[in-house]
Amino acid sequence: MNQERVFSLRNPWFTVSVGGTIAIAVVGILIGFIWLPSASNAFGDRSLWATICSAAGAPSSWYGGANLAGPAPSDVVVLPPLRRARADANSIGRGATIATQNCSMCHGVLGTSQVTAPALAGQYADVVYKELRDYQNGVRQNAIMQPIIAARSDQDLHDLAAYYASLPRAPAAQTLPTGVEPDANAVKLAMQGDPQRNIAPCAACHGQLDRKGAAPWLGGQSSIYLAAQMRAFASGARHNDINEQMRNVARQMTPAEIDSVAKYYAAMQ
Amino acid sequence: MFHAKRLVLAHFWLAFIAFLIALLLGAWQMLVRSPFLPWVGDPELYYRSVTAHGSVMAYVMPTLVSMGFGYAIVELALAQRLVGLKWAWAAFIMLAVGAVMAMVPVALGQASVLYTFYPPMIGSPFYYLGVVLVVVGSWIWVALMHVNLRVWKRANPGKPVPLAMFANVAGAYLWAWTAVGAALEILFQILPVAFGLTNTIDAGLSRILFSWTLHAIVYFWLIPAYIAYYTLVPRAIGGRLYSDSMARVSFILFLVFAMPIGIHHLFADPQVGSGFKFLHAVFTGMVSVPTLLTVFTICASVEIAGRLRGGKGAFGWLTALPWQNPMMLVIAFSFVMLGLGGAGGLINMSYQLNSTVHNTQWVTGHFHLIFGGAIVIMYFAIAYELWPQLTGRAIASVKLVRTQLWLWFIGMMVVTLPWHYVGLLGAPRRMAYYDYNALGLQSQAFWVGMSAVGGLILVASGVLFIYILVKSQFGPLVQQQSFRFASAVQPVDRVPAALNSFGLWVALMIGLTVVNYSVPIVQLLRLPQTSVPAVVVGAQR
Repeated sequence: MNQERVFSLRNPWFTVSVGGTIAIAVVGILIGFIWLPSASNAFGDRSLWATICSAAGAPSSWYGGANLAGPAPSDVVVLPPLRRARADANSIGRGATIATQNCSMCHGVLGTSQVTAPALAGQYADVVYKELRDYQNGVRQNAIMQPIIAARSDQDLHDLAAYYASLPRAPAAQTLPTGVEPDANAVKLAMQGDPQRNIAPCAACHGQLDRKGAAPWLGGQSSIYLAAQMRAFASGARHNDINEQMRNVARQMTPAEIDSVAKYYAAMQ
Repeated sequence: MFHAKRLVLAHFWLAFIAFLIALLLGAWQMLVRSPFLPWVGDPELYYRSVTAHGSVMAYVMPTLVSMGFGYAIVELALAQRLVGLKWAWAAFIMLAVGAVMAMVPVALGQASVLYTFYPPMIGSPFYYLGVVLVVVGSWIWVALMHVNLRVWKRANPGKPVPLAMFANVAGAYLWAWTAVGAALEILFQILPVAFGLTNTIDAGLSRILFSWTLHAIVYFWLIPAYIAYYTLVPRAIGGRLYSDSMARVSFILFLVFAMPIGIHHLFADPQVGSGFKFLHAVFTGMVSVPTLLTVFTICASVEIAGRLRGGKGAFGWLTALPWQNPMMLVIAFSFVMLGLGGAGGLINMSYQLNSTVHNTQWVTGHFHLIFGGAIVIMYFAIAYELWPQLTGRAIASVKLVRTQLWLWFIGMMVVTLPWHYVGLLGAPRRMAYYDYNALGLQSQAFWVGMSAVGGLILVASGVLFIYILVKSQFGPLVQQQSFRFASAVQPVDRVPAALNSFGLWVALMIGLTVVNYSVPIVQLLRLPQTSVPAVVVGAQR
């Protein structure tokens, strides 16, 4: 039996198995790369070679994204850093100087909650930076923010973001009386959303146990500010969410739901 | 004549303890998204659980069972001392450390990426390193199986390799090659991002590399079950294996065709050309051949047992079968689940039909029925068969064993058949929350509730399984009986060289992989701008 060579054209096991495998592959390739594409309109009237290339995943022309109309909602996309970014102390110091001179009137000396301006203490640096850039570019509009930020350099914006991210978060803006549970409907919207109305849960992007995506942490903001922003998203007055993710959600929410969710996050740290 | 007892026992115990924990998590997942319980409240907790359940059930448990069973086969089928016992222990320790290392970040919420990784999501590097340790540990086992077969062949020139060992080594080679895809993905795509060296990842290429592993890994899980079909069942029920050669051909076909088919998981992915999707569908069709051969051969072997016991006529042999024998029960259960799951699989692998069930609960139902059902129930059978050899004690109660097997069968059917059905109704998989009050979903509530009950039945069966193993291990010592594998109808004195060696089949496996995967991989490597920013999982709030 040791004399029996496997890799030999005289061994039927070799010829049948190798020949059979090649035959299956060739027939499969002929059907998959020539016959099926030629029977499908999706491939159009192309040359044989172009058809084969398309079926192989290498089309001669790629989709160009040409059907997107209008200007982009924002040209700044940020994502959470992969590692907990340790901000440079100099950057934080520079940011503190700029913030004290220019921002503390509305955002507070320690960046904690005001009524109409967001609390910035402990907000993610990337989120603060994106909003500052969007104000600067005019894609997020505010009569006070735009003139203040207009002449700032990119480094200034990074420094400001690093400074606010370095501050400890303030306690909840509006605590509920002891023994009062948060509104059940607000909890439901925040944690599970309302799939049938196309309302994604707030926590899917804004996080709860951990941080998700590039959305700000909402806990501790004043309910008046949060509700105003949701209404601005719903009306389209605010539109710097790249894929309309906030506008789509806010449009579906009733005014009562907007208020209850705003209060829910205001009562959280 | 069984020197590696402690080694095999250690593998089985670690496998089954991990299995029980993952089983409890699975049942919990089913309950919290069923209409029975108020929802868990935070999807993050759900996905942590899914990640732990999948990682343990896919990587840790079947790998340990395959390894333990492989070592046992070396000693029992080859009747030789396991060569490389120290290496085997080192591999075991790597698996144990890797499993813990992967599970800690999952429990902490640092790696809720599911066991299929899903780039561009990126979790803690410790999760991936843990998986790498598990895989590298299993590669040591692959090398040991290779070495032990060579040692035996040198001592027994010209003799046919015993079927159990032949199949075992086929599984080892298959695993060695199939794990390369996920290893490439982790080493070159995921870890550089997880360690912060770069911040973008080619999600499409990563998915293709994972598909290299994703389908053949299923056959790696399945090989121990098939070894049990061919080499344990016929002997246990008093029959003969109908054909030794057919068995070898089946394992060889798995080796050749299990690999070049993974893109059937990517039918809805835009980065793979339709031609390759079709080609992979064709070869997926081919991989049903060894299963059909197996069904035929094992049914024939069982018929032999029935006729040897005096069964007559076209169906009389069925009633003559030893239905009180747990092995008889288990083969029947396993085949029912294999048949239903296999039929569903043929739907999944059809390029066109797939679009109706893609990413629905149908798919979850399919792989639970095949793996959790047909295969895992054979893992139970393997444990019951080997336990007397490993512990020197008899199985405590055959009646309890039968109850356990019945519960697992019923539980798995009750879990998976409703899943298939709600999948057809459109229920998506991997969802943490379903609103059954919504009009469109109300009709699914009953079926989802039913499947959750099935989950509880499975937990009862799993707990009973562990109880039987513990009780038997602490039972009275009995007279050791020598272990026998099933013998074939025709004595196996001589087999063709092609059915006694792997060179040709490994070459075909690698060749087909090159044909079916090289273009999609090379094309994405060459294409500019295919990377996307990584999305961090478990970032601190």
